[in-house]
Amino acid sequence: MDFSYSDEQQMLQDSVQKFVKGQYDFDTRKKLIESDRGFSEDYWNLFAELGWLTVPFNEEDGGFGGSAVDLMVVMEEFGKGMVVEPFLATAVLSGGLISELGNEAQKQALLGAIMEGKLQLATAYAEADSRYNLASVATTASKSADGYVLSGDKVVVFNGPAADKLLVVARTSGDKFDRDGISVFIVDADAAGVSARAYTAVDGHRAAELHLNDVKVPADALLGAEGKALPALERVVDRVTLAVSAEAVGALACLLQKTVEYAKTRKQFGVAIGTFQALQHRMADMFVECELARSIVIMAAMKLDSSATAADKTKAVAAAKSRVGRAMRLVGQEAVQIHGGIAVTDELDVGHYFKRVTTIEHLFGDTDYQTMRYAAL
Amino acid sequence: MNADFTAEELEFQKEVQDFLKAEFPQDIKHKVDNGIKLEKDDFVRWQKILYKKGWVAPNWPEEYGGTGWSPTQKYIFALEMGLYGAMEPVAFGVKMVAPVIYSYGNEEQKKRFLPDILQSNVWWCQGYSEPNAGSDLASLKTTAVREGDHYIVNGTKTWNTLGQYADWIFCLVRTDNTVKKQEGISFLLIDMKTPGIKLSPIVLLDGEPEVNEVHFDNVKVPVENLVGEENKGWTYAKVLLTHERTNIAQVPNSKLKLQKLRKLAASTPDGFGGTLLDNPVFIKKLAEAEIQVQALEFAELRTLAAVSVGKAPGPESSILKIVGTEATQFIDELYMEVAAYHSLPHVPEQFTEGFDGEHVGNGSLAASANTYFNNRKKSIYGGSNEIQKNIISKAVLGL
Repeated sequence: MDFSYSDEQQMLQDSVQKFVKGQYDFDTRKKLIESDRGFSEDYWNLFAELGWLTVPFNEEDGGFGGSAVDLMVVMEEFGKGMVVEPFLATAVLSGGLISELGNEAQKQALLGAIMEGKLQLATAYAEADSRYNLASVATTASKSADGYVLSGDKVVVFNGPAADKLLVVARTSGDKFDRDGISVFIVDADAAGVSARAYTAVDGHRAAELHLNDVKVPADALLGAEGKALPALERVVDRVTLAVSAEAVGALACLLQKTVEYAKTRKQFGVAIGTFQALQHRMADMFVECELARSIVIMAAMKLDSSATAADKTKAVAAAKSRVGRAMRLVGQEAVQIHGGIAVTDELDVGHYFKRVTTIEHLFGDTDYQTMRYAAL
Repeated sequence: MNADFTAEELEFQKEVQDFLKAEFPQDIKHKVDNGIKLEKDDFVRWQKILYKKGWVAPNWPEEYGGTGWSPTQKYIFALEMGLYGAMEPVAFGVKMVAPVIYSYGNEEQKKRFLPDILQSNVWWCQGYSEPNAGSDLASLKTTAVREGDHYIVNGTKTWNTLGQYADWIFCLVRTDNTVKKQEGISFLLIDMKTPGIKLSPIVLLDGEPEVNEVHFDNVKVPVENLVGEENKGWTYAKVLLTHERTNIAQVPNSKLKLQKLRKLAASTPDGFGGTLLDNPVFIKKLAEAEIQVQALEFAELRTLAAVSVGKAPGPESSILKIVGTEATQFIDELYMEVAAYHSLPHVPEQFTEGFDGEHVGNGSLAASANTYFNNRKKSIYGGSNEIQKNIISKAVLGL
């Protein structure tokens, strides 16, 4: 039994930690969120230079190895800085789909560009009616003489505004909830018939509503076998779910630490509020939740890297997101409550961590959804 | 034991319902129903309609313009207003400063201030909390030093809600530094146009500058603006807080939100071909929220019944503050859960009057995250829920 990081993982953690501490303070982040692009191209290039964009990919694809534990290491540190660069959307989610489904030509064309920081991607999977069920796809792709024609609406497509290319999940056959008949297409963001309603999400990340109106794509835009994309999509979304759970672990550690520091210095009634036992116990509860969240994320990451069955892997991820979800709600709310009014302002970082973890709660299946998914497996 | 309304009370309920249908402006109703941001004028316009009807201040004594209603009638009025989505009058004038003025002010002050509050001619705001005096309000440091026929006020107040709209502010100030902290506080009324007052807006988590810091730099306030006796302000402040706590349970508002939530859930796909009402985990939580609000409603009714036989609302009203805010916050969580991905877009412009672009998400559900974030303030303000538990521990349980 050994829970320590390998030398390589330790170096990776050190380098991300150094970046977040040295170059990603709260004010810097605030400026990035308010900028036109919504994140820093310079930092994105730096991520590429430092090799972080290779972390999600396996060695055959030219990556760092693609282990879930590596991914967890990076994401936890990103969580501490509330990093808004689209690492998840471009590299983990979209890159993951290309790695899982792409043919050699597609991988050649795209994976290198992702890892070099030259390509921004977004995956459009969710729809207004789909909730968290990845098999609920109403967007259609019908075969034409020389390719496919896509029509439908996608919602909350993270990194949609900056994406050069979109990976669109569409139905090539079957009914709305059929597991069979789901395909993924590579679509140029500026293709005729594509329109995007861009906005900032509550956590500062950029997203878009995507409208596809008879968008023509060539036959080689299809990623993987026609109609067979769902299992790969589910595997990749499970990895992304693990990644955001690890990000949450980092953010929650900051919320706990900031709350404890504040309780030691904030004086009311002539004493530090941290001397009140009622608050001490609540911070102890926060600590317990943080530790359990970290533990279950480690469990799930190790499971993903193991030779466990697909069902066991999915079950581990559902368990992790469920438990981390509970921690996010408790620790987030308590951090705000113990700080008092100052934490419901835009000025203090605590409120922004709270917004990010609340967002994560509602990504890729909320706590109840993941609990029920676990129960059904 | 009887919790039914009498025939007269039912008639009164009908009268309130008819009044709201006829008089609550359609354009404001449209805004409320669709989550569109209300402007100052919307509040003032509605309050003037309530004034014309004589219903703006049910809790005031009749001689100053109150309605003379029984506690049950007041309850019915608040219930129907809440269920219809009609705003309560802005609290700072009607519910906060006015009771202090009519209870402790002199005749001159009553004549000068109460009619303008009743008629919504003057917008009031609150100067209580300070950056270092939150839960421990009595440690406030803003000073008022007497110089001839004026006080000179210096200091900073915070969590001043909608001060940008306000004409006047009521403040707790320190007039004596040499005594126990509660005994050196006075209650002062200050014209916001007085030189030396500066507002700095504070943006909250939903992106709105709803509150301010108010800075006082050698602000000259005539001594006739002191309410009651010098150094007795803490006593008055506590009275104000008990008035603030009327309707703090927000039962009508929570009931309305739950009704809407049930409707929304019935039309929100669960992702598997049904609606959220087919989801056993969700309906369990929705039921829990409804049950909590029912228990809260009867806790409030029992408090009202006690008041109607002459007992003062005691420290039990802390129950209403704690559970009322927790219920609101729980319902906010459920709204976000219903909205799922579409709780996340931050598109405030689509909730302003006249917006004609593409609306992101399902109606006002698209603001559910911001509502959730903003309403975290409810368990913090008005005496935090921790302070309420201290009150229960000490004053009720004798611990």
